[in-house]
Amino acid sequence: MLWRRKQAGEELDAELAFHLEQQIAENRAAGMDEREAREAALRLFGNPAALRDQVRDTWTWSAWEEFWRDVRQSLRALRRTPGFAVVSILVLALGIGANVALFALVRGVLLKPYPFPEANRLVRIYEADAQGRFQDNVVAGGDFADWKAQAKSFSGLAAKKPVRYGLSGTQGQLPEVVDAQQASWNLFPLLGVKPAVGRLFTASDDRRDAEATVILTWGLWKRRFGGNPAVIGSTVLLEARPYTVIGVLPAWFTYPNPQTQLWTAIYHERSPEVMSLHDAHNLNVVGRLFPSATLGQAQSEIAGIQAGIRRQYPAGAVMDSANIRPLVDSETHTVKVGLYTLFAATGCLLLIACLNIANLLVARAATRQKEAAIRAALGGSRWRLVRGQLIESLLLAVAGGALGLILAWAALKWLAMARPDVPRLETVHLDAWAWLFALGAVAVCGGMAGLIAASSSGDARILETLQESARSQGGSRGKVRLRRVLLALEVGLTVVLLIGAGLLLETYQHLRSIPLGYDANRLLTMTIRLPRGSYHDASSIVNFDDALLMRVRQLPGVRGAGLTNTLPGHGRDEDDDYVVKEHPPLPQGQTLDSSTIFVDPGYFAAMKIPLLQGEIFSDANRLDHANDILISQQLARDVFPNEDPIGKHIVTPYVFGADRPMRIVGVVGDIYLSPIEPLYPAIYYPLLSGDQRDASLVVRTAGDPAMLATSVEKAVSGIDRSLPVADVLTMDQVLDGALSEQSLNTLLLSGFGALSLLLAAVGLFGVLSYVVAQRTTEIGIRMALGAQRGQLVRQFLADGLRPAIWGLILGLAASAGVTQLMSTMLYGTRPLEPGVYLLVALGLIAVAAGACLAPAWRASQLDPIEALRRE
Amino acid sequence: MGKPSDLVQGTLDLLILRTLAIEARHGWAIAKRIQQISGEVLQVQQGSLYPALHRLEQQGWITANWAESETGRRAKFYELTAAGREQLEKETEIWKRLSGAINLVVQEG
Repeated sequence: MLWRRKQAGEELDAELAFHLEQQIAENRAAGMDEREAREAALRLFGNPAALRDQVRDTWTWSAWEEFWRDVRQSLRALRRTPGFAVVSILVLALGIGANVALFALVRGVLLKPYPFPEANRLVRIYEADAQGRFQDNVVAGGDFADWKAQAKSFSGLAAKKPVRYGLSGTQGQLPEVVDAQQASWNLFPLLGVKPAVGRLFTASDDRRDAEATVILTWGLWKRRFGGNPAVIGSTVLLEARPYTVIGVLPAWFTYPNPQTQLWTAIYHERSPEVMSLHDAHNLNVVGRLFPSATLGQAQSEIAGIQAGIRRQYPAGAVMDSANIRPLVDSETHTVKVGLYTLFAATGCLLLIACLNIANLLVARAATRQKEAAIRAALGGSRWRLVRGQLIESLLLAVAGGALGLILAWAALKWLAMARPDVPRLETVHLDAWAWLFALGAVAVCGGMAGLIAASSSGDARILETLQESARSQGGSRGKVRLRRVLLALEVGLTVVLLIGAGLLLETYQHLRSIPLGYDANRLLTMTIRLPRGSYHDASSIVNFDDALLMRVRQLPGVRGAGLTNTLPGHGRDEDDDYVVKEHPPLPQGQTLDSSTIFVDPGYFAAMKIPLLQGEIFSDANRLDHANDILISQQLARDVFPNEDPIGKHIVTPYVFGADRPMRIVGVVGDIYLSPIEPLYPAIYYPLLSGDQRDASLVVRTAGDPAMLATSVEKAVSGIDRSLPVADVLTMDQVLDGALSEQSLNTLLLSGFGALSLLLAAVGLFGVLSYVVAQRTTEIGIRMALGAQRGQLVRQFLADGLRPAIWGLILGLAASAGVTQLMSTMLYGTRPLEPGVYLLVALGLIAVAAGACLAPAWRASQLDPIEALRRE
Repeated sequence: MGKPSDLVQGTLDLLILRTLAIEARHGWAIAKRIQQISGEVLQVQQGSLYPALHRLEQQGWITANWAESETGRRAKFYELTAAGREQLEKETEIWKRLSGAINLVVQEG
């Protein structure tokens, strides 16, 4: 109705004018002359302006009108102090933006179920150890088969395993290595997925003797096959062997991750023997619970079955328990603590921003106190004054929120690039919930800041306020107290953020400074896989390896090169049980295991891993003559504490078979396979034995390793043009990738901490400046009476620092509790690291003192004559 | 007799609705009609009349149309809506009960 306002006003005027004319006409009919008639009518009519207002008040839009008037007034007030407005909006935008982004992340990654029908009944099942040493272990094929046969809580159990395939170019495309999954045929029906094109696996595809079949993901189908439906029924080459394409998955299907390009049938890909072992752990098991079954029941049922399997196989690496996680939790529990920590930190930041804005508004309210008092004296309602404050802060919050949404959008875009390791990131959007959350944040921020400010401005002692203006030195004690409390809270929150950031920084530094056991500088890495089709026997693999190493070592600028199946940086790849032939049998139920690493003899020199004892196995350890191994220092210390390991024999049934003891010829230094995992014993086997198709090439260079990438890749394609080379990275990049979660969390939390410190400093500076301005006269009098300048500086400094000290105490106490929650994120430090607390305390005091020094100094520099004249 | 502004607010609404029950009228005519019928006892002043009219219009009990008046000038005519007619019945009922009760107390008490 608002737009009809003008017309309605004109109509009202016409209506009233008509009434007046009628009255005049009547008066004239009664015998009055023209002038008399008009005057009498007007007298009877009363005040037309007042009448108009009274009528207008009955129009429903008058409340809107008042609201708009308030909004316009607030906009004018904000325009008068543009610096304040801009800073507030930016601070709020940062706070709200960070919160919205984190909210969207937490919701999308941790809370939102997968887009499968009745996804809340989907679970992941792991093997576990009753003593709690292993919690989320992958599952052995034999165990999976037994669970499937015996468990009653599930409407279905399916297995999958992440793998990589070399996908050959059939129509002139380049060969590439693709991430893929092998799955039992029932996985897709269990999840509730229908094919977009073609069909999915059936039980008859999922057998060792079936024809090889493959299902493409939507992404690969579009990218590599142009979305052509004719691809169904055609043949593609995986590992240089033919597979028939039977179907394409729908575009929305990105489980378990968007990198997955294709799916094959697991019982076709793996031998029945492997799929029935109880001690070769390699499957991810997904189950769908019956509606009647609870997680707890299913858990105890599977654990019971697994305990029975263990009784059946008391020796070897067979697990004796199991655990179950909801499907979402299973994919995301690794990033959970980090995300929640960041969310909490952004919450703190927003709270600090709100408090700071409340603080600034209180200061503004104080300068406009006389205006408020005059308005109150003239009959302005209290509610109207409060509403003014509220609207002002809400306007700031709305502007901040709008900008914040843009920031959040940009932050999510950036994060998708910076953190490819976060699972389910592809499902994170600024959806309706995120908008609602942003709206809520705006309302809470604006409301809170406005109400805090309003509560200080609306005291009813109008007369006192008006009188006070004559003698300003004693004024507004209550207001200053409120601001100090706000400041102490702000400083407290800042301290918590800074300590959190400090602990992460300490962790990160610790992780980056651990001696890794090898030299990570000037090291180029890449992975190569030899397809089974064209490298079908051991000698063809070894011939390739020999040729590759020889060519690469001859390249100018190369100082050394080696091959391994386990590139350091990614963590443990394969563990296996072993026994020492010369030792007595281990007690029942005990096993020894170690990382299984294959390397060529030149690897240790290339990586600069020191030989501590004995010698490196010779080049003659190839093919059937591979008989020697090396052990890591940790293994030597643990297993051969008081004897010489050299010359002893180790038997690893799952590597070289139970009948092939391997002779230990040397001990090499320990290396960290991942910078965030503890050291683990390792056994190094000769790679030139020839059964490792996947290998990582490491190249030690004289200069910048990235510069040599092209010539090394050329050396590879010089041997076999069809070979795909992947993950061409310097070791520094590999390590950065391994630490990306730590480094990003540290960076963000430090950023938030620094920002809140800045806000707290601005707050302290503002309050003390205000106090000094308020007490100018008092200072003048005291100086006139002989007070020393130094004394004044000290006094004001102490005055300003008091809230900072209270906040510091508060924050230190709170941190001691809060940081316990992030203990799983800390390495090489602990939640109560005294160094961090001390550093934060000192740093905060220094910043606070810095912020207070300027106003305190200004107070001491006042000219007493000037100060007194100000009255 | 007191001024009409002393009238209970609901009473003025009732009077206006009753006046409009017969035919559509403009503000001036409503005031005149109330004055005539009440034997010049009730004089409705503009300060009460127009806010009341606009309020009743907002509530949907009457609607307004611009039409030619008896003098040939354009004036704003108000008429009852269906909801207004119901409201009139309701308020008349309440008024009868109330005034009857007051009468009883004044006469018998």
